Amino acid sequence: MSAATVAQVRVPARSTTSELRAIKIVWQRELIRYFSDRLRIVTSLLQPALFLFVLGTGLSKLASQGTDGLNLRTFFYPGILGMTVLFTAVFSAASVVWDREFGFLREMLVAPVRRSSIVIGKCLGGATVAAAQGVLMIAMAGLVGVPYAPTLVLGVFGLQVLLSFMLTAFALVVAARVTQMQTFMALTQMLVMPLFFLSGAMYPVRGLPTWLTVLNRIDPLTYAIDPMRHVVFSHLSLTPEARERLDPGVTWGGWHVPVLLEAVLVLVIGLVLLGVAIAEFSRSD
Amino acid sequence: MDGPAVSVSGLVRRYGEVEAVRGIDLSIDPDETFGFLGPNGAGKSTTINILCTLIKPTAGSARVAGYDVVHERDDVRRNIGLVFQDTTLDSYLTAERNLRLHAELYGMPRNTIDSRLRQVLDIVGLWDRRSSKVSTFSGGMKRRLEIARGLMHSPRVLFLDEPTIGLDPQTRASIWSYIRELREREHITIFMTTHYMDEAEYCDRIAIIDQGKIIALDTPHALKASIGEDRVQIHTADDTVAIAALATQFGVVATMSEGVVTFGVVDGEQFVPKLFSDFPVAIRSVNVSRPSLDDVFMSYTGTTIRDAEAGSVDPVGAGSALFGRGARQ
Repeated sequence: MSAATVAQVRVPARSTTSELRAIKIVWQRELIRYFSDRLRIVTSLLQPALFLFVLGTGLSKLASQGTDGLNLRTFFYPGILGMTVLFTAVFSAASVVWDREFGFLREMLVAPVRRSSIVIGKCLGGATVAAAQGVLMIAMAGLVGVPYAPTLVLGVFGLQVLLSFMLTAFALVVAARVTQMQTFMALTQMLVMPLFFLSGAMYPVRGLPTWLTVLNRIDPLTYAIDPMRHVVFSHLSLTPEARERLDPGVTWGGWHVPVLLEAVLVLVIGLVLLGVAIAEFSRSD
Repeated sequence: MDGPAVSVSGLVRRYGEVEAVRGIDLSIDPDETFGFLGPNGAGKSTTINILCTLIKPTAGSARVAGYDVVHERDDVRRNIGLVFQDTTLDSYLTAERNLRLHAELYGMPRNTIDSRLRQVLDIVGLWDRRSSKVSTFSGGMKRRLEIARGLMHSPRVLFLDEPTIGLDPQTRASIWSYIRELREREHITIFMTTHYMDEAEYCDRIAIIDQGKIIALDTPHALKASIGEDRVQIHTADDTVAIAALATQFGVVATMSEGVVTFGVVDGEQFVPKLFSDFPVAIRSVNVSRPSLDDVFMSYTGTTIRDAEAGSVDPVGAGSALFGRGARQ
């Protein structure tokens, strides 16, 4: 084939199709990066596994009465499902900072597509990766005495998808403003741990001191962890008293927030954060 | 293409108090290779960033490939290819995947991608390495791949911002041979910046830019012809006395440049013997050179490009912080 025989390409004007192609390729790139990095898949499972099996086993010596005979590892399980997604999603969004440091972000930002397509592609990519990591945690259910019921698996997975979307969008908002990897890491560490500890991933959220109750209700992660716990616990055989104590649900001033509303809340927060991220990336020119 | 490939009028870009670009006008014809020559901080990158729609001008206007860089940003972007100073490749992906990613981002018609991929990789001699990860590439190969990627969507104007910066002389020469081949094979306008004087000679026309303004614009040949004089550099025992002696005895204005006494005379080879016959200071070495673009720059600015950089306060500091490594949005 000689060069002269090939017609010159003409890039057509921007259209919905071209935006969708851009979203898809940015999404795909995130997946390629994830699956080519096996070490990362393993290391991001390590921390949740430590919490679940080491902390869960060790603490059960202290807390066997508080859980009405329920294994502490089983109690921690829904929280750890959320934690896995939390760490993976935030780490995924770090790729924006990474791309900026290594220049690739510029290649995307000068393409004749909307900034929103790039951000949406990144967000969906990060969310997919986080959800995939979440699936690996779901697979561990048997190890902590949680049954592999289809409704449980699907319910938890759906919530993980929502949560990973919200968290990736959140991390993108941070990544839009941060230009250095170290800063991003420090900043997310500062944000991720409070989000995790305040969310009730490790304890029931009723009957807490007022200050902690307030902080817990503000933490968006609460509204993803609580439905997960509800879905998991509905497949466990517990006495009504134990269920009431261990899976009390979230209340707003005495009103019990329905699980479905919690899920919608997570979705809405995610969409708002995505909007903010898009605005931030579009603002800079 | 009808009309000029690039036209700029009254372009100004301010960063706070600092004017990085202070009123630039120029017009570049289709298929021309145009060089923007000047020291770091002269406003080259700021201008190229405006033409690539990455930043907005403070005043003035610019059209690229017939489209306004502010109001028709996407149309400009569809029709330009960019090769930046810093690499913007995804080094985790293979060469081919980088190009395919680019094709998707630019919305290239699917049936054109395969043939175009082959074509551009052939131009830069990387077809055999298409399945290698970019992280295994040398600096020169990465630059070639970036040029291939910039060409992927058949842009009408290719912007090369310091295409050979940071490369060794041999690699620089090979990049240039690829760019020359590219000019023969594609109908394309090339707009490049450089601060290597010798590279500017590859261009059809050159604009010399200093402190945000174009101070000369012509073909390399015409620019050199406009200088006329030979450049003489002498290393002496006492430079101050030498400069004074040159002024009083020969009526020649000499300056210190690159650490040696430098001046221009009409016929250097004839001047040097006169210099040795009657000079109050010991002369340690003499160098006579025919005019080069370096001298052109010198004659227009009164300083060499290296001295200009050494003394530069980097007027685009704000700009590089915004678009340099670390914060390009």
